[in-house]
Amino acid sequence: MMIELNDVSKTFTLHNQGGAVIPVISGAHLRVMPGECVALTGNSGAGKSTLMRMIYGNYLASGSIMVGDTDVASATPREVLQLRREVLGYVSQFLRVVPRVPTIEVVAEPLLALGTDREVALSHARNLLSRLNIPERLWALSPTTFSGGEQQRVNIARGFAHDFPALLLDEPTASLDAQNRDVVLTLIEEAKARGAAIIGIFHDLPARERVADRVVDVSKFTPERVA
Amino acid sequence: MTPLFSVRDLSKYYGARIGCANVSFDLYPGEVMGIVGESGSGKSTLLNAMAGHFAPDQGQVMFDTRLDGMRDTVTMSEPERRMLSRTDWAFVHQHARDGLRMNVSAGGNVGERLMAVGARHYGDIRAQATDWLDRVEIAQDRMDDRPTAFSGGMQQRLQIARNLVTAPRLVFMDEPTGGLDVSVQARLLDLLRGLVREMGLSAIIVTHDLAVVRLLADRLMVMKSGHVVEQGLTDQVLDDPQHGYTQLLVSSVLQV
Repeated sequence: MMIELNDVSKTFTLHNQGGAVIPVISGAHLRVMPGECVALTGNSGAGKSTLMRMIYGNYLASGSIMVGDTDVASATPREVLQLRREVLGYVSQFLRVVPRVPTIEVVAEPLLALGTDREVALSHARNLLSRLNIPERLWALSPTTFSGGEQQRVNIARGFAHDFPALLLDEPTASLDAQNRDVVLTLIEEAKARGAAIIGIFHDLPARERVADRVVDVSKFTPERVA
Repeated sequence: MTPLFSVRDLSKYYGARIGCANVSFDLYPGEVMGIVGESGSGKSTLLNAMAGHFAPDQGQVMFDTRLDGMRDTVTMSEPERRMLSRTDWAFVHQHARDGLRMNVSAGGNVGERLMAVGARHYGDIRAQATDWLDRVEIAQDRMDDRPTAFSGGMQQRLQIARNLVTAPRLVFMDEPTGGLDVSVQARLLDLLRGLVREMGLSAIIVTHDLAVVRLLADRLMVMKSGHVVEQGLTDQVLDDPQHGYTQLLVSSVLQV
């Protein structure tokens, strides 16, 4: 098992709003094997992205969240950072980068952080950017001024730069044209073929049907809300 | 892996007032830790106490020295501590003029720190200074100008070059991008990130700018009234703050 969630729950406590306690996930169980892609479904607000952020360690959670040998729910910051460098990749819907850094460097960074030789990392980044149809004249520019679709493709290239054994994909095909959508789905299929365990959110139904092996409806983990 | 820097129960009082109280954490090689909090929260006091600028009232500040392993820098002799701050430690001040010699040329500012650790060959010193000025994007023809003739952003970059030329292992930074306009800040952030990665250095950055810590720091410590109210992975503290004060801090940031 590559990713295994056992009895995972999450509540937010808003100290500045009268200490309101908001339960968002309760008793979540999820298992993803190497080479398997699981799609999270459920209405907007059901907790799909929340669950993903818990797995990535952005949100604290109770229960156990095993990714490889690390329990994200109880790991130290240092362990989570190492997990994110080596094992667990995350393609979010937003690109967050240091201003002024060229696109090619943004994409190569996950490899450089692992100590990959600079030339190897850059050539890998170039390859991904070409596949995702980012024109070469843009590679030396910072992606901060790019269009939404271009930024998303840069984000995907960055997410796939290192062959992560586990991947979280939040709407990877949203706002992409048919051609680029196909490239992204092929990247996902390649990742599965090399044994990556993938959890994805796909509102794009045909995309989900093409890459997902299984669907998990997170509504069953949504706690009963007091109306 | 052993920590590079380990702080235990560090406290500093100003009379009956708390500067910082009972601060403990470990910093590992290559890690960048941010310290945030409003002005007066004790973050600069903490930074200065850790860097040995004054003696704390209580606690240990352990550093993994090259020669003797873990040593408590609080009880070290003054010459030993001074040597440390000239070699393995560096301190980047908020106001560049506090960290620079304003009446010495840019090249001299960088070279001076090299000479302080024993460099004597003029050609080598000048070559290294040139290299560092280039890395912080200061043109070679400005090498013999004094920092008084530099813009604020250039002064800050010069200060960074002066500090990093001796390849320190731990850098303390007090609001390194504060007071600089946004485009200059971005350039400095880019520079700092690159240096942290290339040189594998560890850094402790005090700032009140949450966007800066999000981009630079792996870990984050939140201070209020001299106490650490929360610490953890930067993303986690910013995305899921647990303490009421941190929640207020995060929700007060204007979205751009």
